[in-house]
Order: sequence, then C-alpha cells, then structure tokens
Amino acid sequence: MKYLDEYRDPVKVKTLLNEIASVVTKNWVIMEICGGQTHAFLHNGLDAMLPSQIELVHGPGCPVCVTPLEQIDRAIAIASHPDVIFTSYGDMLRVPGSSKDLFAVRAQGGNVRIVYSPLEAVQIAEANPDKQVVFFAIGFETTAPANAMAILQASHKNIKNFSVLVSHVRVPPAMEAILGSKSNRVQGFLAAGHVCAVMGFHEYPPIAEKYNVPIVVTGFEPIDLLNGLLAAVKQLESGQAVAENQYQRAVKFEGNESAQRTIRSVFQSTDRKWRGIGLIPQSGWGLSPEFQEFDAEKRFDVENIFTQESSLCIAGEILQGLKKPFQCPAFGKQCTQQTPLGAPMVSSEGACAAYYRYHRDVIYG
Amino acid sequence: MCLGIPGKIIEIYEKDSLKMAKVDFGGIAKEACLAYTPEAEVGQYALIHVGFAITLMDEEEAQETLKLLNEMVDLENEIP
Repeated sequence: MKYLDEYRDPVKVKTLLNEIASVVTKNWVIMEICGGQTHAFLHNGLDAMLPSQIELVHGPGCPVCVTPLEQIDRAIAIASHPDVIFTSYGDMLRVPGSSKDLFAVRAQGGNVRIVYSPLEAVQIAEANPDKQVVFFAIGFETTAPANAMAILQASHKNIKNFSVLVSHVRVPPAMEAILGSKSNRVQGFLAAGHVCAVMGFHEYPPIAEKYNVPIVVTGFEPIDLLNGLLAAVKQLESGQAVAENQYQRAVKFEGNESAQRTIRSVFQSTDRKWRGIGLIPQSGWGLSPEFQEFDAEKRFDVENIFTQESSLCIAGEILQGLKKPFQCPAFGKQCTQQTPLGAPMVSSEGACAAYYRYHRDVIYG
Repeated sequence: MCLGIPGKIIEIYEKDSLKMAKVDFGGIAKEACLAYTPEAEVGQYALIHVGFAITLMDEEEAQETLKLLNEMVDLENEIP
C-alpha cells in the first residue's frame, strides 16, 4: 500500500541501522511515547538490531493502559444497566476492572457493542430511541476529534438518549511528568506521529528547551522509526535538544487546526488520573460546560466506585519506563494475554503485550 | 489505538451534513469522515483514524524523505 510499503524497504532499514551505529558513541536512553511504536519496533525486530548503546524505554502512550480503573469500573457499572447499549472501541473490552471486564458484562447479558467510529454510536442511539446509548470516549489527542464530532452530531440532531463516559488524556503533560520525576532516565523522545498529525508539534519546543531533551516527531513504519531514532541520536551526540519532525508526510508544525478547534469547542482541559501513574495536573480533557448534558457520569449514578488493583501488577513502573515487562514477577506466569492482570498486557499498544507476543523475555530476560 | 492507516479517497459524499468518503485500503473500502480535511479530493490519500481523516498525506514530503534515504543508501554503497 502506498505510503506504507516504501517505508518497509529492508535495504533502507539496513542503511539506517548502519548510520545509527556509526553515529552513536555513548549510552542513550530514548523513549518512544506511543505504544503503537513500541509494537512496531518489536514486531519488526528493530529493537534487537540496534547498537547496544541505545536503550529503548516504552512510554505511556497506550490509552487503554492509562484509562483509570475508576473509569473502567464506571463503564462496567453503566454497561450492566438493563436499559443501556454500551459502545466502545474494541480494545477496552478486555481491560480488567476491579472485578471483571466489559466482555464479562456482555457474557452476562449486557448489551456491549464494539464500534469502529464514534459516529456509529450516535447512529445506534438514533436507531434505538428506547435505550440509553453510552459511548466510552477514551484516548489521546488522536481520537479526540472523532469523539468530539460524535458529541457535536448528537447535539445538532438533538439526540437525548446518547451520552459519553469521557477519559481523554494528552501527551505533552505526560512527557513533562516523566521528565520532572526524580527517577527519570529518559534522555530523548520519539514523539507520537499521529498525535502530532492532529495537534502539530508547537507544544514541544518549550519542553525540549526546558528539560534539555531532543524530541523527534516519528512515524510508525520501520524506516520512520529508524529515521526518528537517528535524528534523536544525532541530537544527543551533538548536545542539541530541539523539537524536530521526521514524519513530514503526515505532520505539519501547526497540526490539523480544524480538528483542534472542534476539540476546544467540546472539551476543556482538566486534571486526569492515569492508571498506574497517578494524577497529572491538566493532563486530560473533559466535557466543556455547554455539553454537560452528554456526561454519562451525571446521567448514571456511578459516583461511589470502590476500586481494587491487582497486587501483583507493576503496570505503573512499566508505563513510566522504570521497569521492563519481563522484570515483573507475574509476567508470563499469572499474567498472560489470556489472563491479563493489568491493562498493558491487554492492549495492542501495551508494552507487556508486545514483550509477551514477541517473546522478548526470552531474548532479554 | 493511535493506529492510522493511509487510504485512497475513491468517492466523496455528504451524510448527516458531514463530508464523508469511501476510502480504499489496498482493496478494502471503508467509510471515513472528511470533516477535518474539507479540502480533500478524490484520488488523494488521507490518514484515517477511528473513521476520521486526521490529515492528508503530503506527496512532496514523502518523495523528499525517500530521496534522502536513497542518497544515504547510494553513499553507503560507494564506501568500499
């Protein structure tokens, strides 16, 4: 497929690997923010072909992983309601709540449906006026424009039986939380290409300057990943720390301004708790005052939620890049993709799922 | 979840007052919303994420990246 295949060419991959090896002289710790990139690195075996001086640590850019347990439990409580059709992106259904997941709700008779686009959830609401249709609006800046448009559509069409359980998170505050932490090891970032396709990368130069870290906007194909890594290593080796773009075919400095305007009209900045990490100030989006009528948390009584995390799971340390998945005692034992204890083992963007699927515990453990 | 796939716009139409498209992903056609890329035209490639085009692919930039990479490969081959 165009714009994909040409970025998977093994000859160019080899050249880039050689180039990285020729540039690197010191040890560097580089974080790819996005879990999609973690999986792409491991799926293509690139991590195992990098010079030993480069350590990749895997960032929190896995929306399924960082959606707080309270919200999962609220989703489960709402979805269990007999009058509700609960709609969600497919990844969320296997994420463990305190006692069960959304698949279990469905198995017990709940009406839980996977949607590809949030607009489908609005259509389901229109087609089922006697039901309450709730959409689980999670994700980073990439899904926000789509989720915002679904809310706008429901508002324009005056659909009263539609609401959203919002748990939106943003990348730049998470980067600052990682960089500001006493235990931080990250010296350079590969910024998430598709988040930047929406938001641009004008938020990054001040972060690069403040924390003296290179930030390279990076795509998802093997050549994109290595191009991003090469740029980060070159900056680190030369003592530079700027925000630069290695995903030019999809990302502009200003991003998609039309999408940003719609996000701003529907959502407002809010404090958000990240699962395993804790509260990060102003790190998320919630519904703005004029769209409060679509807030599922207000429509359903889900205030008193008692949460309980697995005592074995170390997802928080994994998500901050402090530990590797195989350093968790439960990895591959009590916790597998069939019986996940934590969200990073569930998601197609979770670091634990990537290490499990591609047997990195055997290679590195 | 932030998976985005470039697809070719093969048909543009309006639905529920939104600009929509049929987008071809190497033989599989799906519907996508073009509300955030109103300038999109049939034949262009858009990056589709959860049913929305979040950006149009920039052909010139794509060629530029590949040109630089080809130069890097050529340079490497010249070194004995």
